[in-house]
Amino acid sequence: MSAGLDLEFSFSQVLQGLGLTPQLAHLLWLPLPMLLVLVAAVIGVLVTVWLERKISAAAQQRIGPEYAGALGILQPMADGLKLLVKEDVIPAKADGMLFTLGPVLVLVPVILSWLIVPFGQNLLISNVGVGVFLWIALSSIQPIGLLMSGYASNNKYSLLGGLRAAAQSISYEIPLALSVLAVVMMSNSLSTIDIVDQQNGAGLLSWNVWRQPVGFVIFWICVLAECERLPFDLPEAEEELVAGYQTEYAGMKFALFYLGSYINLVLSALLVSVLYLGGWGFPIPVEWMASWLGQEVDTPVIQVFTASIGISMTILKAYLLVFLAILLRWTTPRVRIDQLLDLGWKFLLPISLVNLLATAALKLVFPVAFGG
Amino acid sequence: MTIASSTELICFLLLGVGVVLGSIGVVLLENIVYSAFLLGGVFLSVAGLYLLLNASFVAAAQVLVYVGAVNVLILFAIMLVNKKEDLKVIKSLRLRRILSGGVCFGLLFLLVRVVITTNWSLPGPVAIGEAATERIGEHLFTDYLLPFELASVLLLMAMIGAIVLARKDVVYLESTPESDLKQGLIEQAQPTLLADKPTNS
Repeated sequence: MSAGLDLEFSFSQVLQGLGLTPQLAHLLWLPLPMLLVLVAAVIGVLVTVWLERKISAAAQQRIGPEYAGALGILQPMADGLKLLVKEDVIPAKADGMLFTLGPVLVLVPVILSWLIVPFGQNLLISNVGVGVFLWIALSSIQPIGLLMSGYASNNKYSLLGGLRAAAQSISYEIPLALSVLAVVMMSNSLSTIDIVDQQNGAGLLSWNVWRQPVGFVIFWICVLAECERLPFDLPEAEEELVAGYQTEYAGMKFALFYLGSYINLVLSALLVSVLYLGGWGFPIPVEWMASWLGQEVDTPVIQVFTASIGISMTILKAYLLVFLAILLRWTTPRVRIDQLLDLGWKFLLPISLVNLLATAALKLVFPVAFGG
Repeated sequence: MTIASSTELICFLLLGVGVVLGSIGVVLLENIVYSAFLLGGVFLSVAGLYLLLNASFVAAAQVLVYVGAVNVLILFAIMLVNKKEDLKVIKSLRLRRILSGGVCFGLLFLLVRVVITTNWSLPGPVAIGEAATERIGEHLFTDYLLPFELASVLLLMAMIGAIVLARKDVVYLESTPESDLKQGLIEQAQPTLLADKPTNS
């Protein structure tokens, strides 16, 4: 599995050629993938914001951003720059320390979760054994940041928004975790690499979405709720709560919330594609194509080709899902808070439990198809 | 000293300081909301210590259960009932403080004594790292099945108890005439919960 191009090895070879010790070379290598993924996440957010503006405009028969760059492609940059230079206001009666710490606690776990997103067989920061479980654990820290900023703002709308956000993410975490568990049960591993590998035996046909259709729908609904996207954007429902927990925030702190929610959306789309849509896998396995062309899989040219197909497939799948999420946002009405909690506790939770049991039973009966 | 071991030492010291100072803060801070947030920080530091001990599954479970569920629920409870009111002065507060301080210091003395007298350099079993997830699962489904099930029954009982306490119509059936005024206030505040109240009571 680890055969082929090893970027870390070649990098440390070059540095050792310059007279550095292996340890120092390793230390210099460590920040590089992290930086790369961070930049990728931020660029992913810029693209998503542009898509959101363009698609919402199309949904409402407007043109949308037009003058900042070709097709308004620089508009998100202009937004970011504006937020960067705006005054950073802390309300007089607010609790300064918690007010500052809140947005950080919202953003950091989301960025940490990018640790486990694979873009190819070896293209991820770290193949942690606990994999998706780490993501579930990290995403449970977020409500604390939301509660903190809601409380610290000293504003009733903020507090209500924070409480709603925490209630929402606690209730949707359980069906989310149960549907992930069904996938994990099929692949016998929590690691994202193993989950994708298990799906790519026969290309498109072996993707988890065919074996876990119910889990896929549950996971998608829960992910939308966790990201506070529109059918479930009660914490910031502008008609009721001004802007929820973000009401008192301005400038860069507001930008952190904004960034956090969009990074979370892209991350969730990536994870849906990893768990259910075959991750980096092409609809026809690359190994088959290589053998049809009479090439070895381990030759460097094929390796580079595989890696680029992997990255583009991951991004393509993720952005298809982001497109779907944006369309949903601009075409569906918001649910009420009681409907939201009913949906989570009385509908999704039992269904996901049944799904888990059915998966376990099918795994015992057809171990070939359901990963014995 | 290699880079890896010095990093480990620095992380351990930082996390240790985090746990100790954080838990002292949880006890001593006047503002209960700060205490609750600090408690979350303490839980996170403990999870970091588990990570240092090569127990990544336990660390993730610690974050998920303690930070994500327990601490969020504590915060919820505090924020929903956070009334700004001056506490009544309790008589002989100083005596109580001295007594509880004495008990705490006695416990601390005992624990420190245990720490000093125990021989810590025993060669324990090798940490199995990521295989631990499977091992925990095996134990939960074989020799620890009964405690596991008992714990879940206990949680179920707690849940049913909480629902009984929270449902006002159950309280209504057992209310005495004196508490009717209070009951009326509750009903006004919670009309939706009382939709299926029996009419003949």
